[in-house]
Amino acid sequence: MALPDGLDSLVKAFSGHGIDEKSIISLLGRSRPEHRQSLRKECTEFFIEDNERGFERWDDHSIKLLKHEFMRFKNAVVLRAMHPWERDARLIREALKKGPESYGMIVEVSCTRSSEELLGARKAYHSLFDHSIEENIATQVEGSELKLLVALVSAYRYEGPKVKEDTAKSEAKILAEAMKNAEQKPIEDAELIRILSTRSKPHLKAVYKYYKDIFGKNIDEDLDDDSILKAVVQCLFTPHKYFCRVLDAALRDNAHKRTKKALTRVIVTRADTDIEEINAEYQKQYGVSLTEKIVETANGNYKDFLLTLISREN
Amino acid sequence: MATLVAPPQHSPVEDAEALYKACKGWGTDEKGIISILGHRTAEQRQQIRIAYQDLHQEDLVKRLESELSGDFEKAVYRWILEPADRDAVLAHVAIKKLSPDYHVIIEIACVRSPEELLAVRRAYQARYKRSLEEDVAAHTTGDFRKLLVALVSAFRYAGGEINERLAKSEADILHDAIKDKALNHDEIIRILSTRSKAQLMATFNRYRDEHNTSITKNLFGEGDQNNEFPAALRTTIRCINNSNKYFEKVIRNAIKRLGTDEDALTRVIITRAEKDLKEIKEIYYNRNSVSLDHVVAKDTSGDYKAFLLTLLGKED
Repeated sequence: MALPDGLDSLVKAFSGHGIDEKSIISLLGRSRPEHRQSLRKECTEFFIEDNERGFERWDDHSIKLLKHEFMRFKNAVVLRAMHPWERDARLIREALKKGPESYGMIVEVSCTRSSEELLGARKAYHSLFDHSIEENIATQVEGSELKLLVALVSAYRYEGPKVKEDTAKSEAKILAEAMKNAEQKPIEDAELIRILSTRSKPHLKAVYKYYKDIFGKNIDEDLDDDSILKAVVQCLFTPHKYFCRVLDAALRDNAHKRTKKALTRVIVTRADTDIEEINAEYQKQYGVSLTEKIVETANGNYKDFLLTLISREN
Repeated sequence: MATLVAPPQHSPVEDAEALYKACKGWGTDEKGIISILGHRTAEQRQQIRIAYQDLHQEDLVKRLESELSGDFEKAVYRWILEPADRDAVLAHVAIKKLSPDYHVIIEIACVRSPEELLAVRRAYQARYKRSLEEDVAAHTTGDFRKLLVALVSAFRYAGGEINERLAKSEADILHDAIKDKALNHDEIIRILSTRSKAQLMATFNRYRDEHNTSITKNLFGEGDQNNEFPAALRTTIRCINNSNKYFEKVIRNAIKRLGTDEDALTRVIITRAEKDLKEIKEIYYNRNSVSLDHVVAKDTSGDYKAFLLTLLGKED
């Protein structure tokens, strides 16, 4: 067994998303002690040479990373088996616990689910945590996003197709005013909050269209990529683009562990709804299908599970 | 307890036929209508509607709308709708008034259980093709809007657990917010619109223990006469804390006004007849030394009066 090969395989088996169980079984299962020692000496990514005492030890940080990677499959399985209501309730709870960088998940759940799905999440939250979602958000979120987040999570939007075109047009202008206003953060503007959190999605799509017609650009073009407001606007108006953006960030090589988790989350939560549209949009945006990208970056059982979820034959 | 007197069994088909006869031909047999509908529970009334539709291919509600008029018609219309649908109609009427009647909206949002409020939101969408919060938001502004939208969008935890420490700290927050005349509305709105009812009642009790006065008394006279926000807060707190006392006051005011505010009187009697109108009557008697039945009999007339008295539990 040529050493460089083994080393590469080992590193690959432990990198990316999930673990390549088969490679590891063959690499480590059958190798002889000398081979493993050579691997350890060569693999400075995972092992630290203790020259004083003459052995190589696992780097603690790497063990932690590996733990996460091994857990990816388990988490995907648990999430997949869960009732969608419990899933969404737990995602929101997690976002609240983790703090401002994770509030995007609250936006994701409250804006991309149907009215009944969001209602279900609120019921499940009562059952799991003995409080209402709005109660917890209102006490734990401290920044300017508070009002918008509470409003979004409390919405029970009309889901019919009826739209009043002139109202949509005037509300596009109101949103523009709110975003231009130098004196107040758009995210705290009462009219902006009203429109984004109470109007139906078909109505909002009309608002999006009128905005483009009147101002010549999309409503989210001028917003910061990381801002809550951009996430809200994208989730409400162009959810597939939003999910693609999240997936792309998760699949990057040096993605933060929190960002990486989005891969499981998005695929598991959208597998039964619009994963095909997301796949198509991904292909359009990045020139490679989501399936190909996952084959390239994910490993083992985790990879197989994701691929199965994406290409479900109905 | 309910004041409605209804038989445990009934035949929807017989009732539908009797109603058909009452409406057929010239004139209408209002007494006949009252004697049936005034003695049927919500579930029984829906079965009658279904039977009527089956037998005569017509919506009973529409038939009654065309046969009846005035306050009597309004009362019967509201009575025959399913509770959630009824509340949706009441809310819509309240919102569309030139100056929205926020009492009604707060009543619905705060007195109904979380599940009932959800049903109202669904019924509203089915009827008006918009969400309740959408319409409330579009017809109100400022703090008013924040409060009302938050109240109708709430899905409060329905359990009975309370956290005493939290009750104390939030009672303090409320006290400070009210005392500091700037009225930090955001915190007040947050507490009143997100906490469970059990938790809020514990908070109100705590407030009274610590400050020797009820929270609503402290809200009196805040801001100028034109500022209805403190009044809305009082209504909210009263509805949550003791809805029966609140309803007694609504009725008392409805009757006191020159002429009677039939809308308010109808609303309370119809929405509470199957719930706790009995307790409201007792409170009324204790406070006014005269029975509600007596006052309704004196201040209303005709079929409208007969209908209300029937719902109040009068024996035929």
